[in-house]
Amino acid sequence: MTAKPKLAVFKFASCDGCQLTLLDCEDELLAVAEAVEIAYFLEARTQEIEGPYDIGLVEGSVTTDHDARRIREIRKQCHYLITIGACATSGGIQALRNWADLPEFVRHVYADPQVISALDTSTPIADHVIVDFELRGCPINKQQLLSVLLSLIGGHKPRLPSYSVCIPCKQRQTVCVAVTRGIPCLGPVTQAGCNAICPAYNRECFGCYGPQQQANVPSLTHQFLRAGADRGHLVRLTRNFNGYAPEFREASNLLEQHD
Amino acid sequence: MAPRHLPVGSFVRIDKHDLQSILDSLSQRGYRTIGPRLRDDAMVYDELTRVSDLPIGYIDEQDGGRYRVVSDPQQRWFGYVVGPHSLKNFVFPPHETLLRSHRDADGLWSTQTELPETRPVAVLGVRSCDLRALRVQDRVFLEGPYVDVHYQSRREPLFLVAVNCARAAATCFCHSMKTGPAVRGGHDLALTEFVDHFVIEVGSDTGGEVVTETNWTPCTIEEVQAANDVPQRLSSAMQLRDKTLPASSAGDVEVDHPNGRYLDIRGIRELLLDNLEHARWQAVGKRCLSCANCTMVCPTCFCSSVEEVASLTQDNVERKRSWASCFTAEHSYMNSGTVRKTTASRYRQWLTHKLATWHDQFGQSGCVGCGRCITWCPVGIDLTVEVAALRGDKS
Amino acid sequence: MMSAAMDHRASSPWTVHWANISKMAAEVPGVTTYELTFGDPLIAREYQFSPGQFNMLYLPGVGESAISISSDPAEPEKLEHTVRVAGNVTRAMSRLHVGDQIGIRGPYGSAWPMRSCREHDVVIACGGIGLAPLRPAIHHIIHHRDDYGRVYLLYGARTAKDLLYTEQYDAWRNAGIEVEVTVDIGDAEYRGHIGVVPILFYRLRLKPERTRVLTCGPEVMMRFVIFEALARKIKRDHIHVSMERNMSCAVGLCGHCQLGPTFVCKDGPVFTYQALEPYLNLENF
Repeated sequence: MTAKPKLAVFKFASCDGCQLTLLDCEDELLAVAEAVEIAYFLEARTQEIEGPYDIGLVEGSVTTDHDARRIREIRKQCHYLITIGACATSGGIQALRNWADLPEFVRHVYADPQVISALDTSTPIADHVIVDFELRGCPINKQQLLSVLLSLIGGHKPRLPSYSVCIPCKQRQTVCVAVTRGIPCLGPVTQAGCNAICPAYNRECFGCYGPQQQANVPSLTHQFLRAGADRGHLVRLTRNFNGYAPEFREASNLLEQHD
Repeated sequence: MAPRHLPVGSFVRIDKHDLQSILDSLSQRGYRTIGPRLRDDAMVYDELTRVSDLPIGYIDEQDGGRYRVVSDPQQRWFGYVVGPHSLKNFVFPPHETLLRSHRDADGLWSTQTELPETRPVAVLGVRSCDLRALRVQDRVFLEGPYVDVHYQSRREPLFLVAVNCARAAATCFCHSMKTGPAVRGGHDLALTEFVDHFVIEVGSDTGGEVVTETNWTPCTIEEVQAANDVPQRLSSAMQLRDKTLPASSAGDVEVDHPNGRYLDIRGIRELLLDNLEHARWQAVGKRCLSCANCTMVCPTCFCSSVEEVASLTQDNVERKRSWASCFTAEHSYMNSGTVRKTTASRYRQWLTHKLATWHDQFGQSGCVGCGRCITWCPVGIDLTVEVAALRGDKS
Repeated sequence: MMSAAMDHRASSPWTVHWANISKMAAEVPGVTTYELTFGDPLIAREYQFSPGQFNMLYLPGVGESAISISSDPAEPEKLEHTVRVAGNVTRAMSRLHVGDQIGIRGPYGSAWPMRSCREHDVVIACGGIGLAPLRPAIHHIIHHRDDYGRVYLLYGARTAKDLLYTEQYDAWRNAGIEVEVTVDIGDAEYRGHIGVVPILFYRLRLKPERTRVLTCGPEVMMRFVIFEALARKIKRDHIHVSMERNMSCAVGLCGHCQLGPTFVCKDGPVFTYQALEPYLNLENF
C-alpha cells in the first residue's frame, strides 16, 4: 500500500465558495479524507503539512503581484494542479475590472486607496502557470469535484463534459426558454456541469461554467439581436462570472464595438 | 351477433367528452397514460388522466428558433402540432441504467442486466410524423443483428392513440417526407377531431377492445369520408403552400418562413454525398452553435453514451446510458484525437447521416419532416434551406 | 452471443462475461499481452472468433475499450489481447495482475477475408500495434499454408524496441511467411531496414491480379499502403483495411463510430478500400 496522495487547497482572489464545495461533500467527505491526506486546506484545518503535494486545487484569480509570484511557487509544489471555479479558470466576476479603470474603482471603494496594491487585471491561473485540469463553475459542482478527485486518486485522466448546457437541459426535458419566450440564454454556448439548473427554474443560463468546447457566441448574440434583444443587456450577460474567458470576452467586445 | 370487440379497420364515432372513458379504460388496464399538456409555454408530453387537462383551445406557432402558444379561435382539442418531446422520450429515455456490477467480499465481480420497470405506457395525441419516427427507431434498435432489450421492453407494450393533423405549423414538412399528415399504420387508435365528436379508426386488437368499452356508435360512410378528408385537405393545403413559398429565399439564412417549408428529396442521398466539400458546410458551420439541440429533439436521433457511475467504495458500478450527440467533441473522440474537430464537420455529419447515409444503414430516411430541429435550434438553422442551398436552388 | 451460430438477438448486447487474466506478458514499452480465460466453462467452450475481430474489455468503474484479438483463432481458449496503454481503461489494465478479472463482450466486427485470400498472394502491411489484429490472420495462414500463395509481412514500428512479437518472426519465416521489418528511427545496434512501411512494397514483385493486401496501422500509414497497392494495380476490393473509430457499444446502436454510411463496429473494422474510398481522404469526416 502506497502512501495516501497529499491534497492541498489554495485560495487566490475569490469568494471561497468553491472550497466550500469540498466541505459540502458531507456524505462523501469522510471517504475523500480516507483516500487522501489533506495536507493544506486553511478553510478546513489549521494544520499545515509542507509540500510537495500530489494534488493542488487552486481557487481564485491572480489580482496582485504577490498572487503572481505565489502561484509560480505553488506550481512547483504540486504534481497535479487543478484550478477550480470561474475565478481560477477565467478570472471571475472581478475580471470586470479588466474593462474598467482600477484606480477609479479603488478610490470609490476604499477610504485609504494608497494601501491598495493590485494589478490592473484579474486573470485566470492558466495565464500564469501550466494547469493540468480545469474544473469550471461558479461555484463548482460537487459531483464533478468528486469525480475529478476520484479519477486522480485512481490514476485515471479526469473526463468531464465539454459540451453545451443544452444537452442536460433537454435530457431533463426542460422547455427551452429562448425558443418559447425569446429570453437570451447562454446555455448553447456554455459548458455543461450544472445540470441546466436555471432553465429548469424558468430562468436563462448565465454562463457560470464558461464557454463550451465549441462555443460560437457571436452567432448566438446575433440571433438574439435579430429577435429584438437589447445590446447592452447582451454585453452584461456575456460579461459575467466568466466574462473574461476568451470566447465570452471577444463576443462582448464585439457587441460593444457595434454600439 | 356483435363481435366481442371492434375489429381492426373499423371506424366509430364518440362524443368528444367520451375520450375520457378511453383514458380511464387504459388506466384500468394498467397503462401509465401520457398526453399533451401545456407546461412552460409549450405542449409537452406528460401524465394525462383527465381530458380536461389537454391544452384545449391552444395552438402553436413555430418558426426557426421560435415557438409560441396562442389561443385557437376554433377551440380545438388537438389544434397544435408537435412540441419538443416525442415518443423517443418514452422508448429511449434520456438516461437509463443498462447494467449493474457488484464486487463481493472476496473481490469478485458479478453483473446483471438492469431492465426497466415494466409498467406499459399509453400515449395520446401522437402525430403521423412521430409514428413514422418510431418506425425509424424500431429499425435501429430492434431490427438489426442485435436487439436493444431496453428499448424493446418499453416499445412492445406501448399503446398509441394517434391524431390526424388538421393543421400544420410553418416548420412542418411531413408532406415532403411522405410521412404525414394522415396517420397510416403503427397506431392502436387514430382520432380525427370534429366540432363535437371524434371519429376513431381502430388500428389494433387492443385498440378495438379499449374502444368497445366506450360509448361508441358506428360511423356512417359520410362520417368515415369526412374523417379521411381532414388530413387529405391538409396535405393538399401543404402542397399548395409550397407553390406560394418565396423561391428566392431558398439559400438565404436570415429569412423567416412563416408560410411553411418543403424539402425536395429527389436524389437527396447523392446530392449530399456528392457535395461533402461544398462551401455551404463552412457557411452553416459559422452559424451553428454545436449545442446539440437539434439532435436532442429529433425523434429519430439515437446516439448515446455510456458512463460508469460508481459508489465511493467502487464496489457497486452502474453503466448508465444517456442521449448523446454528434455535435460534441466527445462523440468522435479516440485516444488519438477527435475525428470531427470543427462545427462544420459535425453539421455535415448530422445532415448527411439524417438524409443520406441513413438510407444505406436502415433503408429509409432518418428524417420524418416534423420540423423540431428547425424550431428548437436557438439560431433557427433550417435543414430545408441548407439542402436547397446545396442544390443551388435559387430558382 | 458468442459463436457466430448463436443468436445475437436473444440476449442483451450489454451482457458482460467475466474472465480472469491467466497470463500477462510485457511485449514492448507500454504494450502488454493479456491471456484471458472465461470464468463460465460454457462460455469458455463455445467462444470462437475470426481473425480481425475485437472484444470490448470492461473494468467496472473505469469503462470499456475495444481491443482486437491477437491470438490464434484455432485455439480460442487461449484468448489474447495485445494492448497498448492509451487511455484510462488500458492504463488501468496495465496495473492488473494475473488472476484479476476483466469483463468481456464479443467477439464483434468483421474479419479479415481469409477465405477469399486463398489461392492469392497476401501482403500484410502493418505498423506499431497494428500487427496485433493481424497476428490471428498470420496464425490462420500458417495452419493452412498450402491454401495461400506467397505471403509477405511488411511490418514497421517507431524504433527497434517498439517491434512486437520479434521472438516469433523466425517461426513465421520457417512456416513460409516472408517477413520484412522496418523502423522509423534506427540506432547503433539496429542492422535492419530504416523507413516507413509503404517503402517495403518496393522490395516485392507482385502479381496484381492475384494479390490481396491486408493493412492495419495509423491512418496515414494505411493511406500510403493503399497508394502503393493501387500503384501496383491491385484492385480496390482486394485491399482490406482495419479502421479505428470511437467504438463504444460495438453493436451499431450508439452511433459513435460512424464513418460515412458504415458503423465501424459492426460493418467493420475490416473494410475493402473500395467501400471507404470516398471518405478516407476527407478532412474531419
